[in-house]
Parts: sequence; C-alpha cells; structure tokens
Amino acid sequence: MIEIKSIYKSFDENDVLKDVSSVFEAGKTNLIIGQSGSGKTVLLKTIVGLHEVDQGEVIYDSRSFTKMHGKERKDLRKEMGMLFQGSALFDSKTVEENVRFPLDMFSDMNMSDRIDRANFCLERVHLENANHLYPAEISGGMQKRVAIARAIALNPKYLFCDEPNSGLDPRTSIVIDELIQEITKEYNMTTIVNTHDMNSVMGIGEKVVFIANGEKCWEGTNGEILKSDNERLNDFIFASKFLKQLRAGS
Amino acid sequence: MAFLYQTGRYFLFLKRVFGRPVKHRIFFKQIIDEIDDLGVGSLGIVVIISFFIGAVITLQTAYNIELPIIPKYTVGVAARDTILLEFSSTIVSLILAGKVGSHIASEIGTMRVTEQIDALDVMGINSAGYLVLPKVVAMIFINPFLVMISMGIGIGGGWVAGASTGVVPSPEYIYGIQYAFIPFYVVYSLIKSVVFGFLIATISGYWGYYTSGGSLEVGRSSTKAVVVSSIQILLFNLILTQLLLA
Ligand SMILES: Nc1ncnc2c1ncn2[C@@H]1O[C@H](COP(=O)(O)OP(=O)(O)OP(=O)(O)O)[C@@H](O)[C@H]1O
Ligand SMILES: [Mg+2]
Repeated sequence: MIEIKSIYKSFDENDVLKDVSSVFEAGKTNLIIGQSGSGKTVLLKTIVGLHEVDQGEVIYDSRSFTKMHGKERKDLRKEMGMLFQGSALFDSKTVEENVRFPLDMFSDMNMSDRIDRANFCLERVHLENANHLYPAEISGGMQKRVAIARAIALNPKYLFCDEPNSGLDPRTSIVIDELIQEITKEYNMTTIVNTHDMNSVMGIGEKVVFIANGEKCWEGTNGEILKSDNERLNDFIFASKFLKQLRAGS
Repeated sequence: MAFLYQTGRYFLFLKRVFGRPVKHRIFFKQIIDEIDDLGVGSLGIVVIISFFIGAVITLQTAYNIELPIIPKYTVGVAARDTILLEFSSTIVSLILAGKVGSHIASEIGTMRVTEQIDALDVMGINSAGYLVLPKVVAMIFINPFLVMISMGIGIGGGWVAGASTGVVPSPEYIYGIQYAFIPFYVVYSLIKSVVFGFLIATISGYWGYYTSGGSLEVGRSSTKAVVVSSIQILLFNLILTQLLLA
C-alpha cells in the first residue's frame, strides 16, 4: 500500500501539484488519469522520488519515503519497478541485457541463474526469441513489454507505469493493460498506472484518481466513473461531441 | 551568475561521479569498453593529424630559417620541441575534446531525454557515477598513450616530409631530434594529457547529464561540451605551463 499525503510540487513559478492525497492499495491496479499536462508524470515521479516533494509525505507500507535518506532509500528502491512513458530501455544493450540489468547490478545470482530469470520475465510478458535484438530493432509494443519485464525482474512490491499504452493501437493497449493487471494480482503488487486512455480506465481501473491542473478532482472506481456528476471529470471522459450526445440521450 | 551556478553544479556533479561506485566486476568491464570506444576509436584521427601536422611543422620551420649559417639539424630540434611541448598534448586534446566530448555529451544527453537516466535512478543506482566515472578513468588512462603515439607519428611525419622533399636531409633531421633533448618535456606533456583527459570526460559528462528537453537540446549540450572543454583545456594549458616549466 502506498499513501500520499497532501503533496505539493512546483518548478520555479509553476505550481504543478497542489495538495494531492490518496491511498493506493496492494493487489489492485490504481490509475491516475488526467489531461496531457495535468501533472500525472510529475506525480508519479514524485512518488518514486525522482522529484522531491515541496511539502507532504509519501508512505510505502507505513515507511515514510520522504523522511528516508541515502541507504534506506536505495534499499526501498529495490522493491520498486517502473515503466517509463517512452520505455527508457538502454539502447546500447540487447533485450536480454536490459532485463538482466537490475539483476546484474543488485543480485548475487550467478550468470546462468540471471539469464534464467531474465528469460522467465520475458516469457511472462509473452516475448520469446527477441533476446539478442536491440531496442531499436523491435516495435513500440515489444519495447513496452521488455520494459515491463525489466521492471519486474527483481520481483518488486511496487510497480509504476507511466502511460504504458501511449502510442500503441487499441488491441495491443489492452494486451499490455491486462498484462499489468495479471502481474499485479499474481504477485500482490501495489501498482500505479498513469493513463489518459478511457479503454484502460474501463478495463483495469479498480481505483481511479482524476487529476486536473495538479489537483485531485475526483476518485472512485471504474464502475462509478460513468455515473459521476463531477463536471470536470465528465468533460474529460466525454470529450467528444458524439459521446456527449450519447450520454444526453441515455 | 550563470557561470557561478554552472561551476557550483559542476563540482556537486563531480562529487556524485566519485561517490558510491557499482560492483567492481561491472565497473572494470565498463572501463575496458570505454577505453575501446573513446581511446582506440580515436587512434585513427590522432595518427592522421599528427603525421600531417608534424610534416608541415618541419617544412615551415625549414623554410623560415633558410640562412646558410644556421645548420639544418636545428629544424629537427625545433620540430621536436614544438611537437613534444605543445602540439601532441594540447592540440591532440583539443581535437579529442571535439570528437570524444561531443560523443560523451550526446550519448549521456540522449539517455537523459529518453528517461534512461531516470530508470537508473529509480533502481537506486548512482547514475552520474555509473555513466561518467568509467569514461573519466578511461580518458585519464588512454589520453597519455594517444599523446605519446602522436609524438612519435608527428616526429616521423617531419622526417618523411624533410627527407622526401630534400629540405632537411635524413641524417641531419635525426641528429636534430636527438640534440639537447630534455626528457622532462615529455613528462610535462603527459601530465597535461592526464589533466586534459579528466577535463574532457567530466565537462562533457556534465553537459550531457544536465540536458533537458529533446533532441535539439542534446545537440546544444554537445556543442556546449566541446566549447567549454576546449576553453578549459586552453586555460589549464596556461596554468600548467606556468607551474611546470617556469
Ligand atoms: N522537470 C520539469 N521542470 C519544469 N517543469 C516541469 C518538469 N516536468 C514537468 N513540468 C511541468 O509540469 C506540468 C505537468 O507535466 P506532466 O509531464 O506531469 O504532465 P502529464 O500529465 O504527464 O502529461 P502527458 O499526459 O502529456 O504525459 C507541465 O506544465 C510541465 O511543463
Ligand atoms: Mg506524462
């Protein structure tokens, strides 16, 4: 479980996050949704400590990440896996080396065990026979899957995904979404996913936090989202005229 | 103001580069890779440039002292000292600042804008140290070798040019390059090359590491890296010369 308490974050004069609080439970896919530029990436990066909070606190299973220093943080980091908006694979390394990388850096396993573990993770994301290709040689969807495999290599307790399906076709998006949800259930991870894709929201949004302009405007489940009368949320979900008419008609 | 800010941030960056290293086995492999990439990869350009500049230095010196009372072997002496003192260490390092510096800055800058550095940080890896330290060690180690090779090839180039044109006959050139030889000149050049190697790797690493934005900014960082490391090389050339030769 991850709890964020009243987080504030600004860059120079730009107040990006304003008083955001929420609780993300284990074994669930927690979604953060919002328009482009609303502060989703900044929020996720603040939670994992790539940005420091200006005010507020981030708590991992009753351990305050905000109050930790050097070594403690480094240890907690080994329990985190993250999937970045652009995959962020190391482009000088092959697929297998990318997945093996966290193991090479942190585990005491010998080489053949590390390769086995990497292969296991790659199979888990349904990606076989790509081990010796470089990131530039595989498709965007495959890159995302490699990035997921790398994120789960060390068996993390916390998984963070920044727009796992941006730039993917709807069918592949759903495959990725379902994969993230399956893994979350299987290992009882606390998973936080940034998205602005309504298919994801309806598909895997067990908990949804809606951010607009850096503030939390609404939270609930995907079941509740369509019935909400929050105006900003509705503007976001029913963005097209067509959907608005559909909603008015029903 | 901007200058003070950059300088302060540069020293904080250095502190991170030299802090908390990764596993020795991985670090060692990285150094070997960087020596291959940065050092061996620069051998070609160093050889070509040294040969031609050595040849030109010899011919120019010869044409400039065409007085019968000055013996021909002095051309060898002058060419040797120019190459040992200044050309091989400073000019070769300036050329490497262009080649290696832009390479380092764009490699690390690209990693920054594609969030690869964030990925390292999230894993709890000291990204500055992991990415830059092996390059620093490789450059400090390999630059003196490149400079020594350049000295040899440069003096050889002078010999080929002098002898083949007949401007400085071979025996006189060979006598000249041995005449009144001061070994400390070589030591002085090697010390400079170590410092220049350090400057190239850390300054370029710095500009790459603090890139923000997209591919346009990566290009800018890489230009910045070349300009700033060249200027620092010239500045430290002056300082070291005053310290070591005065
Ligand atoms: N490192 C930074 N320095 C300064 N400002 C930043 C930085 N990162 C983000 N911002 C600003 O924070 C705001 C929110 O950006 P963020 O990347 O979180 O949006 P987002 O919701 O993830 O959008 P998208 O869906 O397009 O990814 C933007 O106005 C952006 O300019
Ligand atoms: Mg984003």
